[in-house]
Amino acid sequence: MSKPFQVPKSLKKNPFHYCPGCQHGVAHRLVCEVIDELGIQDKSLAISSIGCSVFLYFYIDVDMTEAPHGRACAAATGAKRARPDLMVFTYQGDGDFAAIGFNESFQAAARGEKITSIMINNNIYGMTGGQASPTTLPGQKTTTTPAGRDPETFGYPPKIAEILATLEGVAYSARVALNSPKRIVEAKKAIKNAFLAQIKNLGFGFVEILSTCPINWKMDPVSAVKAVDKVIEYFPLGIFKDKVTPFLKNLK
Amino acid sequence: MKKDKKILAKGVEAIVFGALEAECKCYFGYPITPQNDIPELMSRELPKRGGVFLQAESELAAINMILGACATGARAMTSSSSPGISLMCESFSYLAALEFPAVVVNVMRGGPGLGGIETSQGDYFQATKGSGHGDFRFLVLAPSNAQEAYELTAKAFELAEKYRNPVMVLLDAILGQMKEPLVLKKLKIKKYPPETWALTGAKGRNSRFFRSLFLDAEELKQHNLKLMKKYQSMQKEIRYEAKIEEGDMVLVVAFGSMARLANEAIEDLRNKGYQVGYFRPITLYPFPYKPLKEIVTQAKKPLKILVPEQNCGQMVEDVKLAVEGKAEVISLPYPPSVVPFPEDLKKEIKKCLNLSKSRKV
Ligand SMILES: Cc1ncc(C[n+]2csc(CCOP(=O)(O)OP(=O)(O)O)c2C)c(N)n1
Ligand code: SF4
Ligand SMILES: [Mg+2]
Repeated sequence: MSKPFQVPKSLKKNPFHYCPGCQHGVAHRLVCEVIDELGIQDKSLAISSIGCSVFLYFYIDVDMTEAPHGRACAAATGAKRARPDLMVFTYQGDGDFAAIGFNESFQAAARGEKITSIMINNNIYGMTGGQASPTTLPGQKTTTTPAGRDPETFGYPPKIAEILATLEGVAYSARVALNSPKRIVEAKKAIKNAFLAQIKNLGFGFVEILSTCPINWKMDPVSAVKAVDKVIEYFPLGIFKDKVTPFLKNLK
Repeated sequence: MKKDKKILAKGVEAIVFGALEAECKCYFGYPITPQNDIPELMSRELPKRGGVFLQAESELAAINMILGACATGARAMTSSSSPGISLMCESFSYLAALEFPAVVVNVMRGGPGLGGIETSQGDYFQATKGSGHGDFRFLVLAPSNAQEAYELTAKAFELAEKYRNPVMVLLDAILGQMKEPLVLKKLKIKKYPPETWALTGAKGRNSRFFRSLFLDAEELKQHNLKLMKKYQSMQKEIRYEAKIEEGDMVLVVAFGSMARLANEAIEDLRNKGYQVGYFRPITLYPFPYKPLKEIVTQAKKPLKILVPEQNCGQMVEDVKLAVEGKAEVISLPYPPSVVPFPEDLKKEIKKCLNLSKSRKV
């Protein structure tokens, strides 16, 4: 018999503050389901970052602190080094992880910190009202690229999941999306593996989640969900590094 | 009874020994002269004691590693020198807002910009008034010799935990790099159990969270008022050293290395019959306004106050605030890297004395 649909234990009952059609909430839920399934709610320490998801502490029921904009991976490093027994994870936006905080993210990954990082890539600075982010698509209009992002002037968007996969310290790196039920199931698997990379002490676990920002993309929720397919053309979905699956197989 | 070990140590080494005496568990830092002995010594000593040493990729990373470690309740410390401290300032504000007990050491070098690596007291303003955005306060301890650097660094951990607030140990480069005798005394450093507040995994209790964002105006006001109350309660930590006698006509106010020069100058002048006193703030925040004001108001003769500093005149502003116009305050600035001799100070003090006399006539 299949289990009835339930609210994850580690998801607080507070209503989300996110805009209609925003997928931060979907991603929160997946993280909570994984926390419950791995039984790590009372061993977790989360770092909430500066972006629309700064209020993560109102939603995920684990010990948590905010870190300054971009510094989540450094804060997570300090926490994990001080308390290696805790499961330490960050939840960051594309601006937080890949612009202002890229060095902290990159260096923590390169060191192989035993932490898990979730980057919500909505190709924009949601919280500050829709300015361009490093991952804004070529041609994409934002409030600071009113004519669309011209790579000649603004450069090309970096593919973070692929870049991190090249680092020895990274045990798991994947890009997923949330715009179909199948993709949501795959996203959850990826999040679980990124946590298992930490639990099994294999290295840095990373998931880049392609997400919507209807309000700043100037779209209704349904069109925004569809538009993620366009994003996937530039940012292909996939698992770019996986030391977790072979490790688990070897255990059997 | 076992005698305390006496060694010859630089100020920066004394800081490490002080931190270890306080059972500091984590050190994160990024190299910068003139304080590299601190990370180097920590990298050897901490792992031996089951602690954590990690060289960060920048001061930005280092201070946020401290933030993460402190969040778990671990005793954690970073050190840097002036430009590196500037880079940490945003995070100092977060540490204060989140109420995490971090210990930060600044071994000051000359500025502005890259400045120089010679001695300086140029970061007085930054440490006491401008170490980040928003209304918050650092507790600032300014040792003036290796022994004090050892003891105050250890004490810094206790104070950080007592107030759940960042504490800075502010040292001039010359104190950091000079070797002097140091007694590795056993110190009684009180511990405040982190279990009551820290992020340790929500086992057998509700989860906890720390935030500095309050979009609700009333909530932000309450948060600020709570912090303000805490800063007011820190006033009882005021420390200073004073040598003042009835009839003194000049009072020299100085901190750190400059206070040592001043002390030597006034001792010598006193032996020769001059009436000069000495006042050294040890806590720069909270600044000893009240004791200083009392000295001025209780003086039998009008006092002149001379404020030599290894900068272009910073602490002098606090001295003026303290005396509330009841004494003449004279700034004696020595820009970074220009170290005066006690003879130079004596000349300046004598000038003041003559002026005081002539005024009395
Ligand atoms: C030091 C600093 N600079 C700038 C900001 C303003 N700021 C807040 S969130 C943000 C960008 C957020 O974008 P992202 O990380 O992509 O998160 P999203 O809101 O899109 O989920 C910026 C620039 C800040 N809070 N701190
Ligand atoms: S601004 Fe964008 S990212 Fe932020 S809540 Fe709204 S839809 Fe979500
Ligand atoms: Mg974003």
